[in-house]
Amino acid sequence: MTLRVVRFGGLATIQDDGRLGRGHQGVARAGAWDQRARGLGNRLVGNDPHAAVIEIVLGDCELEAVEATTVALTGARGPAWIDGSPVGQDLALLVPAGARLRIGRATSGLRLTVALRGGVDVEPVLGSRSYDTLGRIGPPPLQAGDVIRSGPVDGLGPAWFEQVPTLPLPDIVEAAVIFGPRDDWLSDGARHELVSRVWTVSTACDRTGVRLDGAALARRPDELASEAMIPGAIQLPPDGRPIILGPDCGTTGGYPVVAVVTRADLDLVGQLRPGAAIRLRAMGSKTITG
Amino acid sequence: MTGDLRWRRYGERGVLVELDTIDEVHRLRTAVEASGIAAASVPGASTLYVEAADDGDGLADVADVAGLARSIGELELGDVNLVDPCLHEIDVVYDGVDLDDVSDLTGLAPAEVIERHTAAIYTLAFLGFSRSFPYLTGLDPALVVPRLATPRARVPAGSVAIAGEFTGIYPAASPGGWRLLGRTERCLFDPSIDPPSFLGLGDHVVFRAVRR
Repeated sequence: MTLRVVRFGGLATIQDDGRLGRGHQGVARAGAWDQRARGLGNRLVGNDPHAAVIEIVLGDCELEAVEATTVALTGARGPAWIDGSPVGQDLALLVPAGARLRIGRATSGLRLTVALRGGVDVEPVLGSRSYDTLGRIGPPPLQAGDVIRSGPVDGLGPAWFEQVPTLPLPDIVEAAVIFGPRDDWLSDGARHELVSRVWTVSTACDRTGVRLDGAALARRPDELASEAMIPGAIQLPPDGRPIILGPDCGTTGGYPVVAVVTRADLDLVGQLRPGAAIRLRAMGSKTITG
Repeated sequence: MTGDLRWRRYGERGVLVELDTIDEVHRLRTAVEASGIAAASVPGASTLYVEAADDGDGLADVADVAGLARSIGELELGDVNLVDPCLHEIDVVYDGVDLDDVSDLTGLAPAEVIERHTAAIYTLAFLGFSRSFPYLTGLDPALVVPRLATPRARVPAGSVAIAGEFTGIYPAASPGGWRLLGRTERCLFDPSIDPPSFLGLGDHVVFRAVRR
């Protein structure tokens, strides 16, 4: 199964599980930001849920099937057409040879996933097919004229051509967080503010992290010795405006991490566009330390 | 480990262990990696992040982090096996945009900053950030300065920089908050090789001032 890229509007990258267990080498995890959307897309086209997919910021692209290809569109919502006829999301779609799949600009959410039966087949780099936008490691972002090939389709399960129900993105996304490891850098008031206020996503929002706008949180002015950073970690720079780190975040950093978004809710954070609202919710009330 | 393990919860599946020296960090990391209790472990300047191994059911569940910390506390610390440390001589053009600020902060003339930066023999303490950013220890205490209050959106590749007790080299253009002293054209990272960093743990680095 082969697709040719006619046009891409937003950043389009290939993503899989990412480079796990390489933090000590200074190699970011990368991988699909919305892992739930990737898993669903892969299951719909009959793939192993870990297969590589295409992640497109805001959709807005056109693909031509060089050979008949089965795809599924998940994640961000937007209109789509095959040779001009409207098609839905969250189900397998057959794009006949020579037909064009056009994906409009997303109307809700930020990252649209295109899963391809057989998975996107490119040469892995350091054990993954993901593109790390900070380290520029892995297959480079897709461009017009690129040809996307699938892996083998023999032995795959059936594709699912009926729409499956998924939840729409709420007006105010709620994300569960676990306080720590450096929540002692927050005053009691700031700690409460972090998990009670509705934050607005700023324009500084990419695969390395999402900066939140709002009144600054008070924190200790000290310097922290560099330590490990993980996707979902909420860093608090000296200016007091939190940053939720994304999959391409550096593996170490020097700003204190005051809380961490749970893995399940980090998928939702990846769908927030500038101006979107998010509320953080404390999971458990006490910090566990030794 | 002798004594009580100092640790903090870090997300659903991890703990951040606090230690006194980078040597202890690496000794603990060696023990953690040998034990198989961790899916990942990432050293920092005086911490080790340890992530619980997946229980294999594929579900993103909350790990028993207190149990993980107990297991870490029971590990015996051995030695770190370094593969023959190398000495890397790296040519640097000292024309960094922060040279004057560092001069102001330290009270040293720019030429003196350069002299002290080139006089030391550094040791690779750990790799991190992105593209195997090398954190090098051995910085002259007179050159210890804080990071920038607001990080730069883009630091050029090859920038040689200082922050706190470390000096480092940006392996690629990226955002960054360290103070820039100069730049090198030396390539430090190749993702087609595994591991991708040309600098290994315990390797030594000296900087040589050159005129471009």
